[in-house]
Amino acid sequence: MTMIGTMLHRATQLGLATAALLAMGVGMAQAQLAAPPGPTAEAIKKRGVLNCGVDTGVPGFAFQDNAGKWKGLDIDYCRAIAAAVLGDPEKVKYVPTTAAARFTVLQSGEIDVLIRDSTLTFSRSTQLGLDEVAVNFYAGQGFLVRKALGVSKAADLQGATICVITGATLELNIADFARSTGAKIGTLLFDKPDEAVAAMEAGRCDGYTDDSGSLAGMRSTLKVPNDWMVLPELISKEPLGIHARSGDPRWQKILFWVDTMLKSGEEYGVTQANVDQMKTSKDPFVLRLVGVEGDFGKQLGLDNEWSYRAIKAVGNYGEIYDRHFGPKALDLPRGLNNLWNKGGMHYTLPLR
Amino acid sequence: MTSRQKAWGLQALALIGAGAVLAFFAVNAVGNLAARGMVLDYGFLWQRAGFDIPFHLVAWEPSFTYGHALFVAGVNTAFASVLCIALASALGLVLALMRLSGNLLAGGVARVLVEVIRNTPQLTQVVFFYLAVLAVLPPMRQSLSMGGVAFLNVRGLYVPAPTDGPWDTIALATLGVVLVAAVLWRRLGMMVPRLFVLPAVLVAGLALAGWTAGWDVPVLKGFNFVGGVRLPPEVVALVLGISIYTSAFIAEALRAAIQGVHRGQGEAARSLGLTGGQTMFLVVLPQAMRLLVPPLTSQYLNIIKSTTLGAAIAYPEILQIFARTVLNQSGRAIEVMTLVLGVFLAVNLLVSALMNAWNRRLALSGR
Repeated sequence: MTMIGTMLHRATQLGLATAALLAMGVGMAQAQLAAPPGPTAEAIKKRGVLNCGVDTGVPGFAFQDNAGKWKGLDIDYCRAIAAAVLGDPEKVKYVPTTAAARFTVLQSGEIDVLIRDSTLTFSRSTQLGLDEVAVNFYAGQGFLVRKALGVSKAADLQGATICVITGATLELNIADFARSTGAKIGTLLFDKPDEAVAAMEAGRCDGYTDDSGSLAGMRSTLKVPNDWMVLPELISKEPLGIHARSGDPRWQKILFWVDTMLKSGEEYGVTQANVDQMKTSKDPFVLRLVGVEGDFGKQLGLDNEWSYRAIKAVGNYGEIYDRHFGPKALDLPRGLNNLWNKGGMHYTLPLR
Repeated sequence: MTSRQKAWGLQALALIGAGAVLAFFAVNAVGNLAARGMVLDYGFLWQRAGFDIPFHLVAWEPSFTYGHALFVAGVNTAFASVLCIALASALGLVLALMRLSGNLLAGGVARVLVEVIRNTPQLTQVVFFYLAVLAVLPPMRQSLSMGGVAFLNVRGLYVPAPTDGPWDTIALATLGVVLVAAVLWRRLGMMVPRLFVLPAVLVAGLALAGWTAGWDVPVLKGFNFVGGVRLPPEVVALVLGISIYTSAFIAEALRAAIQGVHRGQGEAARSLGLTGGQTMFLVVLPQAMRLLVPPLTSQYLNIIKSTTLGAAIAYPEILQIFARTVLNQSGRAIEVMTLVLGVFLAVNLLVSALMNAWNRRLALSGR
């Protein structure tokens, strides 16, 4: 090895060592061994605020109302996590992320958790250095089309042009759908929903495609919502949920069990209104759920009131759903998003 | 130590410092990637892309690779850049001449236009033109028909496409001959002005090419016209948005350049009996070019970079296809961004080198 080669080698080693030290400094390297609640939760507690990555603006999941206040199913999840970890649902910094940038923002550590109607998929799991923690909404890709077109199912869209948001699973699904059915559907890719919807309303494309949950929200923002319809058919499975960085399993356990507690709350009838009375329930599952018995909170590295606070802050899963997608909101039937014993898909692990 | 040595020493130190900072970032990135179980790997370029590119000038199928997508998107970027550079230069010239015309109305209009255009955000203008273009054009089923062969509607301009036949060879040969002749006209010893001959040759050649070709005429079928070629409104809006914006800056640079030419030049030309137009195009503008090329280079480089605004209005250029779709699907943020930056850097350095070569040719050797 030449001298320059040796020097380069040394420099690389030194650089790697420095990088490793830096990484340890932010608590990455010792993650496997960390005591509860793990480095991410420690950092959040020290900071006093949860950095929650959300959508830039989709009614139902995350959007700002006229007063600039964030609202939506994903927002309520952020609030529940902040209530569990920090004791206050208001201690959340919402970081709006575009479809294209969301995973990079999470990888870089700018946010602690990504709850942004994002589909959990194979390649996101294996290639992005991220882990899928839980599904908080079962959606599928659907189409919003002009009623005047007289289209009744997705296969009728042969030759149509559809406006799509770039950087999501949506464009791939359309390509796969076209490939498997032989239908030729043109796409027009936009950065943000606003321009896509404006182009669609101007007639540049025949429809808009997105997750079924988002479509209902999007339709409500159109100039004349009644001119448009959501096709009943879905062309894909889109389990939307919570993404966290790999390397801190303790933090992922907290996220997973907050989700479980919200859903269990619905299963056992614990609501935002009655969570205080439930502390005197006779059901041992309920008592564990509201933190009167057992030491579940302590096992996660939190206090025992964590799940009580989460439900007190935002209600159980059913209440959250009704608030944003129920008959008084976007009026989207619960379908797969009901509990397992009511014909849905939400089946929680037992509190034991 | 001479001051020259000192200067070199400082330069070397600055270089080492910059290199060290870059190396630190690189090592840091690799280390952090490794800590997250990721590696720097460009192998994804050979993976199947799987998505459609709605507007492409060269062949594209979803079964092609990510690497191929970079090429297709690059061609789209180049296409928009060339159109924008041509249109922005022409518009800039018109605005500058209006401003210098001495006519109160023309000068005032040009002045207001320049101020309005260059003092509003470019992205806003691009989106504005897009929505304006879409608002003006009729819907699909009420297309403006041009003789039943070309159609204009909100989806774009549909024109017949030449299909088989030797048309492409003839068209390319004509273009080649005309270009070579235009450049070498004087050296070929031609006495007739080239402007009289070459356009006629060009039209005749293209007409012959069109006559030999078969034509694929667009026909309305289902949702869309089938057949022919389509110029989508995204291209029109992007080219208009960028060209008009940049033309304001080019006009000002050109005005400065023209005013930088000594007054005596124009006065001498007029006293020799040249008309106003001849004075401008034969005497003043050629000399103004010398002052114009450096600022013009910056504007052209800006145009190439500005084509990335197409991502906002669904024009599939490099940023949209690569830094959005491919980045998201492959998850290779650092690899994709380095590639995109590298492509723009390479193209802009090339354009910059060409413009500098032109500048050297124009420069007066005596001064």
